Amino acid sequence: MDWVNAIVQGTLLGGLYALFAAGLSLIFGVMRLVNIAHGDLIVLAAYLGLTVVMATGLHPLLALVFVVPTMATIGYILQRGILNFTLGDDLLPPLLVTFGLSVIIQNGLLEMYSADPQKMNAGALETASFAMGSLSLGVLPVLTFAIAVVVIAGLQWMFYHTAIGRAFRAVSDNQDIAQLMGLNKRHIFGLAMALALGVTAIAGILLGIRTSFDPSVGGGRLIFGFEAVIIGGLGNLWGTLAGGVILGVAQTIGAKIDPGWQILAGHIAFLIVLAVRPQGLFPRVSG
Amino acid sequence: MTDPILQIAGLNAYYKDFQALYSLEMHLMQGEVLAIIGANGAGKTTLMRAISGLMANGADQVRYRGQPIGALRADQVAMLGIAVVPEGRQLFPSLSVEENLLIGGRMGRKGPWSLNSVFDLFPILKECRAVPSTSLSGGQQQMVAIGRALMSNPDLILFDEISLGLAPVIIKSIYDALPVIVSEGMSAMIVEQDISKALSVSDRAYCLQEGRVSLESTSADVSRAAISQAYFGIA
Ligand SMILES: Nc1ncnc2c1ncn2[C@@H]1O[C@H](COP(=O)(O)OP(=O)(O)OP(=O)(O)O)[C@@H](O)[C@H]1O
Ligand SMILES: [Mg+2]
Repeated sequence: MDWVNAIVQGTLLGGLYALFAAGLSLIFGVMRLVNIAHGDLIVLAAYLGLTVVMATGLHPLLALVFVVPTMATIGYILQRGILNFTLGDDLLPPLLVTFGLSVIIQNGLLEMYSADPQKMNAGALETASFAMGSLSLGVLPVLTFAIAVVVIAGLQWMFYHTAIGRAFRAVSDNQDIAQLMGLNKRHIFGLAMALALGVTAIAGILLGIRTSFDPSVGGGRLIFGFEAVIIGGLGNLWGTLAGGVILGVAQTIGAKIDPGWQILAGHIAFLIVLAVRPQGLFPRVSG
Repeated sequence: MTDPILQIAGLNAYYKDFQALYSLEMHLMQGEVLAIIGANGAGKTTLMRAISGLMANGADQVRYRGQPIGALRADQVAMLGIAVVPEGRQLFPSLSVEENLLIGGRMGRKGPWSLNSVFDLFPILKECRAVPSTSLSGGQQQMVAIGRALMSNPDLILFDEISLGLAPVIIKSIYDALPVIVSEGMSAMIVEQDISKALSVSDRAYCLQEGRVSLESTSADVSRAAISQAYFGIA
C-alpha cells in the first residue's frame, strides 16, 4: 500500500510540475523561445502573491485574482519591450537575454524580500485531507492536480477551438505567411507570453502554498518544467501533463527508496525517456 | 479605369548585400489583370514580397490607392486589402482546410467572399474541409491557398506561380476560376512561368530580367520576338 500511496502522491505532485511546464511549452510552441527565466518568473509570481496576501489579508488562492492579470501584463510588456527583439534565425540571443533576465529577477527579489525563506499561509486547506480507501489524500495536492487538468484542458480548447488559438498555430507554422493574413506577430507573441505568465502565476501561488520558497529556487522549477515538457513531447499539452506526472511519480518512488534520491530519480526518469524516445512520449502529430 | 490602384516607383530590394530589384517602375490600374513574367531568379517573388510588406522598402516606393505603403508591415498591408497566394502554396500545416480558409477571413473585410462562396468556387474543398491541409493533393492545396486569399475580400490579389508543379487539367480548372475571381472588380497581379497562359489571362504584362523591367506591353499585341528579347536579353 505504501507504493500505491507513493504513486498517487507522485501523480498529484505531477500536476504542479505540469503547471510549471505548461507556460514553457506554450511559448516554445508558438515562438520557439526557450525561456531560461521561467523558473524565476514562477518565483516572482509567488512573491507577488505573498505581497498581496500580506497587504490585503486575502486567502492566497484569492490573490490569484490580482496575480494572474499582473503576471499576464508583465508577460505582454516583456515580450513586446524586450523578447521580440531577440527572436530570429539565431537561437542564442533569446537564451542569453532570458538568462540575464533570470539573474535580474533573482537579485531584484533578494533586494526586496531578502534571502529568508517565505511561505504563504492557506490556513486549513494546507492540512485538510480525506480518506480514499486506505489512502489519505491531501486536499491541496488534489486541488492542485485538478487545477492543472482544468488549465491544460482550457489551453487545449483555446488552441484548437478559438480564433486566437488558430492565430497561435498559424504564427507557429509560418510567421511570414501568418502576417499576410493580417496577424501582427509581435502582438500575437505578446499575447502568448501573457497567457504563459498567467499560467505561471497559478503555478507560483500553488508552489508558495505547498512549500517555502526563496529567491534562489527558480532554477530547480525551471528544470522540473523542462523535464516535464521533454518527457511528454514538445508541443503537446496533454503530453506535458503526462510528463509532469511521470516526473512526480519517479520522484516520490525515488524518495520512498531513499529520501535523498527524490530529485535524482526524477532526473534519471527524464534521461531514460530522452535516451529511449528523444522526441518525448507523446510528440505533436504534424503533417 | 482612371487612377492606378498600385504604383511602384524606384523600387529597390535587397537580400543583405545582394540587390534583387533595381529601380522598378510599374503600375496596375483598378480592375486590371497584370502578368509578370521572367526567367528563374528574375525577381518576381521578390517583387511580391516587397509589395506585400514582407520586405521593408522606402514608403514612397509602393503606393496603394495613392497612399504610401512601402514601409508598412505585412499585416498592415493585408488590412488595406492586398492578399497574396504565395509561391509554393505555403498552407498552415497544423490547420485544417477550413481553418486555413477561416484565418484568411479573420480580418473581417466585407465583400462577396465567404466560406460558402469559396466552397462554391472549389466544391472539392467542402468535402475535405475537416482534414489537415497537408493531406490534400497539390492542386487542392492550391485551391485552398487561393480561397484563403479570397477570404479576406481583397481589392488586389497577387498570385505567385499558381500553376507550378500541377497537372495540366488542374491548371486549367484553376485558371477557369480566374474570371469569376476578377469579375468582382478585383485587381490582380499574376506571376506565371507559362508565358502564353500569362498573356491570355491578362490585360497587360511586364517582363523582369535580373531585377529590371525589360518589357512593358499590352498582353494582346506583344510579339514573341519581343518577349524572348526581354526574357533572355538576346536579340
Ligand atoms: N532569401 C534570399 N536570400 C538571398 N537571395 C535571394 C533570396 N531569395 C531570392 N534571392 C535571390 O534574389 C533573386 C530574385 O529571386 P526571386 O525569388 O525574386 O526570383 P523569381 O523571379 O521569383 O524566380 P522563380 O521563377 O525561380 O520563382 C535571385 O537571384 C535569388 O537568388
Ligand atoms: Mg518566384
